[in-house]
Amino acid sequence: MTAAVVEIRGVSKTFTTGRGPITALEGIDLAIQPGEFVSLIGPSGCGKSTLLRLIGDLTPPTAGSVTVNGKPARQARLNREYGMVFQAPVLMDWRTVQRNVELPLEIMGADKAERARRASAMLDLVELGEFARAYPWQLSGGMQQRVAIARALAFDPKLLLMDEPFGALDEMTRERLNLELMRVWRQTGTTIVFVTHSIPEAVFLSTRVVVMSARPGRISKIVDVDLPQPRTVQTRELDRYFEHITTVREALRRHEGAGPPDERDLEAIRAEGVAG
Amino acid sequence: MTSATTLARGASGSGREALAAVDNRPSRRTRALAMLALFGGVLVVWELAKWLGGDPWRIHTSLFGLPIDYEHFPPFKWRIATDLALPHVWRIVGTFFEPAQRNGPPLAEVLFGNAVFTFGEAFAGFVMGAALGLGLGIVFAQSRTAERAFVPYVVASQTVPIVAIAPLVVIFLPIGWLAVAVIAAYLTFFPVTMGALRGLRSADPRAVELMRSYAASRVEVLRKLSLPSAVPYLFASFRIAASASVVGAIIGELPSGIPYGLGSSILNFKQYYVSGPEKLWATIIAAAALGLVFVGLVRLAEALVRGGRGSLVR
Repeated sequence: MTAAVVEIRGVSKTFTTGRGPITALEGIDLAIQPGEFVSLIGPSGCGKSTLLRLIGDLTPPTAGSVTVNGKPARQARLNREYGMVFQAPVLMDWRTVQRNVELPLEIMGADKAERARRASAMLDLVELGEFARAYPWQLSGGMQQRVAIARALAFDPKLLLMDEPFGALDEMTRERLNLELMRVWRQTGTTIVFVTHSIPEAVFLSTRVVVMSARPGRISKIVDVDLPQPRTVQTRELDRYFEHITTVREALRRHEGAGPPDERDLEAIRAEGVAG
Repeated sequence: MTSATTLARGASGSGREALAAVDNRPSRRTRALAMLALFGGVLVVWELAKWLGGDPWRIHTSLFGLPIDYEHFPPFKWRIATDLALPHVWRIVGTFFEPAQRNGPPLAEVLFGNAVFTFGEAFAGFVMGAALGLGLGIVFAQSRTAERAFVPYVVASQTVPIVAIAPLVVIFLPIGWLAVAVIAAYLTFFPVTMGALRGLRSADPRAVELMRSYAASRVEVLRKLSLPSAVPYLFASFRIAASASVVGAIIGELPSGIPYGLGSSILNFKQYYVSGPEKLWATIIAAAALGLVFVGLVRLAEALVRGGRGSLVR
């Protein structure tokens, strides 16, 4: 087996607040291999976003170690080895779409021709080539998020960190972007770590789903999703797909006690059932 | 000095109106109508006060051969409504077209020349103050410690009355437009410092994280994120600074004894107030108009700068 892209060992994270320390993560061990698509899923407050931010060195762990491409997370960040996509597109509305995608390349010192070449290649990848000269506020929410993905991939990082990137979008846009993300993932071979709280989304996209529980945030189960590649519209109609959804949901529920599952997930599954 | 204080209030008030108009974006016609209505309302109240409590007056003339002889005796006697305190509106309008001095050019021409001179000083002060304010804002935005340690001094600087500072500056610097511009800058750097500080901190915290994920340097974060995010805040503070710079320039002209500028007109007409109160009022109107023109120029610059970035439509 090749060296892991992400290796997390004995990580815990404690936040100090006005009402005393809060343990967000405890005893996390996780290794992510090249080319994997790993989803982190769990109830709010389980620390899934915090775990993603630890990998990106946007916040330091209280204990344990995080290595990315065999280097400490901080070094990997300084070497610009990962791209980041947030729930909001976070585009700069004084820049055109093209110039937004060029932003990381500018900071990394690429010359003008190289920037233009990479940016148009990435915009073509997310099928927004004709909007290069538009401004972000002229695009829909889904298109803005695709620009954010193009920007994150612009400097060809080996690792893509995505923090609920489609969480703010409507269900139809989300499913279309899920398909598109699958295509991008196949074409680029990038390793992706993906935070979500939608069970169907996690199952549809991932090769592995990491189920987390809250207070303190721990990994409660890792589900291998052996659905065939490439994932397509038909994937959502497979029996195996529903079985995986049930497995993940039960893993979530077991650690939630008697708490009801997320209403939004229930609705999404019901919609799936009708469609199938 | 009273006239200068009135002026200060009037100028900054109009600046704020302009700000509100931009944010709410009512139609051009609604705005023009509202402005006209307010202007007309002020004139009506003005003349009503004179009708009720001003000096008595008399019309003795003939119209189409008909003799007109009318005398008006206001029922009350208010000190603020006398012809000396509150000249008739038509007297003020008329004085613009009368020579300011015997055989001299009309007052409007004199005031225009002086307003241009004062604008030069105010503009130089505005540029200096804006540069200083932006520089301080950038320094303060770098760390909370710097902000907490130095901002109180900036605030304190503004509690010292400008009329106390102005004579000192005039002593330190050679008398001339530069000394006046420095006084204007003293009033303009404060709003720009505060606006820049707020604007530089206004960047989306997720965008700051994004820059961190690119391992961007401080200078790159400033150039590519903080400064562009600060542009709307900067222009809001520039509008306040523009009207403040006109006030600063006029106050700076008072102790410097330069024979040009609206400040010299104010001193001059204050001295001869008893013989022509409407001339001082006309000067006040000229000063207010200068402030409006300056604020208008700043808004024009904003439309040019932000229009190119596409943010104006937002």
